[in-house]
Amino acid sequence: MSRDIGTIIAGIGQTEFSKASGRSELQLAAEASLAAITDAGMTPADIDGMVTFTLDSNDELLLMRCLGIPELRYWSRTPHGGAGAHTTVQHASLAVRGGAAKAVLVYRAFNERSGRRFGQPNQRVTPPGWNSYLPFGLDTPAKTYSLEFQRYMHRYGVTNEDFGRYTVIARQHASTNPRAWFYGRPITIDEHQDSRWLVEPILRKLDCCQESDGGVAMVVTSADRTVDLPSPAAHIAAIADGHLINGSVMFNYYHDDLSTFPEAAFLASQLYSAAGLTPADIDAAMLYENFSPIVFLQLEALGFCGPGEARDFIAAGHIGLEGSLPVNTHGGLLGEAYIHGLNNIIEGVRQIRGTAVNQLAEANHVMVAGGRSGMILAKH
Amino acid sequence: MTAIPPVPDQTDQYFWNGVGEHRLLIQRCTGCATLRLPPVPMCGVCHALTWDTVEAVGRGTIYSWLLSRPPGDSAESARVVILVQLAEGPRVVSNLVSADPDGSVDLSAIANDMPVQLCFREIDGVLLPLFHAVSR
Repeated sequence: MSRDIGTIIAGIGQTEFSKASGRSELQLAAEASLAAITDAGMTPADIDGMVTFTLDSNDELLLMRCLGIPELRYWSRTPHGGAGAHTTVQHASLAVRGGAAKAVLVYRAFNERSGRRFGQPNQRVTPPGWNSYLPFGLDTPAKTYSLEFQRYMHRYGVTNEDFGRYTVIARQHASTNPRAWFYGRPITIDEHQDSRWLVEPILRKLDCCQESDGGVAMVVTSADRTVDLPSPAAHIAAIADGHLINGSVMFNYYHDDLSTFPEAAFLASQLYSAAGLTPADIDAAMLYENFSPIVFLQLEALGFCGPGEARDFIAAGHIGLEGSLPVNTHGGLLGEAYIHGLNNIIEGVRQIRGTAVNQLAEANHVMVAGGRSGMILAKH
Repeated sequence: MTAIPPVPDQTDQYFWNGVGEHRLLIQRCTGCATLRLPPVPMCGVCHALTWDTVEAVGRGTIYSWLLSRPPGDSAESARVVILVQLAEGPRVVSNLVSADPDGSVDLSAIANDMPVQLCFREIDGVLLPLFHAVSR
């Protein structure tokens, strides 16, 4: 049994995932939040804390009114995008451990396909710190990340077709998941290779996460509450961030070797040490994947295979449902939906509970990570 | 090709002033001589707030690269984005252009670690520090 930090994810909730929700982001947040609170066997009056992303448009006080939460004792927001998704759960967990709140609602809801699309080129607006990038044509997330990925490809001779083998697996997992946008729609490697270049010679269209509408929410509370829960708790064995000097927003062009992911390695060392586990103890991994290559870099940095070995690890079938380390069993952000990474976390909870659509026989410890933030969930 | 113009702030105004003079200026700490690019107001090594600049000699190598193009455009109209390892040490994001201002980049010749030379060109009316290939 792993050590843990005394907090659990007690409830999970979501809306449907779509390309046009037809309703406001606040309504999506309220629907997902109420589902999570109900799933935890609680009522809104039990919630006394809230955490979301700084990027979320949904005001805490308006969400309180929607849900009928009478009193809130704690709130917090976490910086940057989905690579910091897990930080929301860390804030919630720390608030519970520190006594600031008893039950914290974590939420993220957006119309990221029918409203403001993250994947579209920046339109002549230069936020602080971007003068070094935007004028030179790095105007989409696909491009900013690809400048790192290309060095990885060069170092190990990895090709775009190699990256496509992850997409094929993600789409296979999504194909049997009714919640997934790509339910019933697996692809072949040839279809991947026939999709158009987005960032040549690194990313094709099918290497990219979706743009999605939807909401996801969770309730984080103390492990003392497990006796009251309608569903088995997902214990947080360890949770951490991993940021290193010279990072720039959520990429880092300035560390020594861009074919490695030192932030994720730093994250992993913290998680394994705190939980008293090793990579061999992990039964499945939900890995944030804005783009397919980041799965390769994370598999290596998190210790599941050696440097440069992810290509062969994936080709050998290790990350499939029958493999030694099933990855993104719901289809991930490519196959299921892109709810800024939170949908990967609730899939980790489902695997621990034993209620996932593509349920694994053995899911005692699940790594849920996004390179610069992550956690290990445990059953015990 | 389109270029989004920079909006200089107090931290990097010096850099874009230098570009206007056809100089690539690297921030240098006057306390410990650490080079900083992109610039920040405090030295992370010695915490000095004072700094001057050194002008890059203009030589470097391509650390990594990609083609940046709007959807639907051809590879030939793409901008080649490069991460340049400068001879002085820091890395900088730029574009690879043809040595001949009227020519086009030979995409098949782009390779990691190939040497490049600084030049200054306008793209879409925006003056930028760019690089072209040079023989080894």
